[in-house]
Amino acid sequence: MRNEKKMTAKEKTQLKWGYFFIGPSIIGLFCFNFGPMLFSLAISFTEWDVITPKVFVGLKNYRELFRDPLVLQSLKVTFLYTFLTVPLVTCIPLLIAVLLNTRVKGMSVFRTIFYIPSIVPVVASAAIWMYIYNPMYGLLNSVIRLCGGSTHNFIFDPKEVIPSLAVMAVWAAGNTVVIYLAGLQGISRELYEAAELDGAGGIARFRHITVPLMTPIIFYNFVMAIINSMQTFTQSYIMTDGGPANASLFYSLLLYRTAFKQSRMGYSAAMSWVLFVIIAVLTALVFRSSDRWVIYENGDKG
Amino acid sequence: MKKSRRKEKRLLIYLLLILLSVLMLFPFYWMIRSSFMSNREIMTVPIQWLPSHYDLENYKNAFARAPFARYFLNSAVIVAINMVGSILSASFIAFGFARLKFRGRNFWFAMLLSTMMIPQTVLMIPQFLIWQRVGAYNTIIPLTLPCFFGNAFNVFLVRQFYAGIPKDYDEAALVDGASYFTIYWRIVLPMSKPVMCTVGVFTFMGTWNDFMGPLLYLDKENLKTVSLALQNFMGQHVSEWNLMMALATVITLPMIVVYFMAQRYFIEGITFSGIKG
Repeated sequence: MRNEKKMTAKEKTQLKWGYFFIGPSIIGLFCFNFGPMLFSLAISFTEWDVITPKVFVGLKNYRELFRDPLVLQSLKVTFLYTFLTVPLVTCIPLLIAVLLNTRVKGMSVFRTIFYIPSIVPVVASAAIWMYIYNPMYGLLNSVIRLCGGSTHNFIFDPKEVIPSLAVMAVWAAGNTVVIYLAGLQGISRELYEAAELDGAGGIARFRHITVPLMTPIIFYNFVMAIINSMQTFTQSYIMTDGGPANASLFYSLLLYRTAFKQSRMGYSAAMSWVLFVIIAVLTALVFRSSDRWVIYENGDKG
Repeated sequence: MKKSRRKEKRLLIYLLLILLSVLMLFPFYWMIRSSFMSNREIMTVPIQWLPSHYDLENYKNAFARAPFARYFLNSAVIVAINMVGSILSASFIAFGFARLKFRGRNFWFAMLLSTMMIPQTVLMIPQFLIWQRVGAYNTIIPLTLPCFFGNAFNVFLVRQFYAGIPKDYDEAALVDGASYFTIYWRIVLPMSKPVMCTVGVFTFMGTWNDFMGPLLYLDKENLKTVSLALQNFMGQHVSEWNLMMALATVITLPMIVVYFMAQRYFIEGITFSGIKG
């Protein structure tokens, strides 16, 4: 540790200019992140409808929350969606990326095709899929009827709504494909060639070379998928409004309603902290499990 | 024999790719097909795979129902402000983190990165209450101002890029009596066009697609963005699928254009998020 007075002139200018440059970011951290978080924590211990003064209620919001049937229902929906979607949007993009990483002509066209759905604005994709899932003249039902099947209600059926939304998530998982693809391109061809000489087939090479070397990226995509799925909002807000019979009442949707339709700011702030803790715990569990299955090259972490 | 097997394999790969591509593209085809049909055509049984005519009737009708030109302008203004804000702030802040050495630098950088872990859902309510308190509800300030204070991902991205620019430039400029600001503005910033493009493209994408922000802060008709307007339209014209699909097409088009113009920067940015993140 060096004494302030012993700083050289150069260090002093660097210090001065350093804070000059990162200053905006420090302001941003407090104004848009840490400040609001503290504020949110504070109001989560109150009852507040924005108009009348806040009333301190201690842990009441948190206690009520776990007995609130709507909260429990939304947790159920959100977990169900997460457990269904996360494996799908982690694994299917990997398989697609492997396919896209083969050396055949015209591959850049295919890469574009698989990526494009993920840049469609979420409202537009909600509109498209609402139409595709429409029971009367939607594409899927038309095809099903052509094949002699009976009509499905998809997003209007309590049993089918969550899987229907999961399909949408897979369709829009192009980002994940791109991330996997970049990782696959980092694996040296020699490994595969050596394995091929040893007589390893395609599936063996995938299992023993691709998957182990990709575990850090699988891990990253897995964590991101959990964080995103737990916060799903827009699709259900636009397409189903939580219905039918609250079968797609996502946690974030309930939170939005509680805060902005019912103005129960204290209660909804408490809800948001519960979600934060759930996401943090899930992420921590995945991180803890990671040293059992994530393999870093050269034993180098990160 | 080996050669024919390889050929077979290649054929199989093509078949799989084409099959999957059709699945991926089908929603687009369906959207565009329906955007040219009348509602009667849409509802005919058996299903019609192609529209009987191609004109912009639905597009005109949809634009006549609501001031969509205005919504486009609103979205464009917010996007433009955010692109400028993100590029300026990320390049500026990253300069401090990448090119200068000072006490507290690593601490603040860790703090900044930690914000990537905060779920948006937690920030939504307090941020809203604060913006409302300072009178920024129903203005575009809550949707634009934060961009000028740097976003963790952008700063991280730019910092990595700066690290690849030799520090000799800085040293030489310092000897010549330049200040650090001059080094940033005259030397480092002009050299980092590619990464600025990535930041710009990502900001464009995030802002154009943003639904939650406008939903929370913009309630006035003349402030609405395209995403919000499409959602409102869907609520008011429940079964006019042809108009809805026309609007969905129009809203998606800018994204596709930007993607094809700046494909390289897109891919670089996403790749970065996966490899370094």
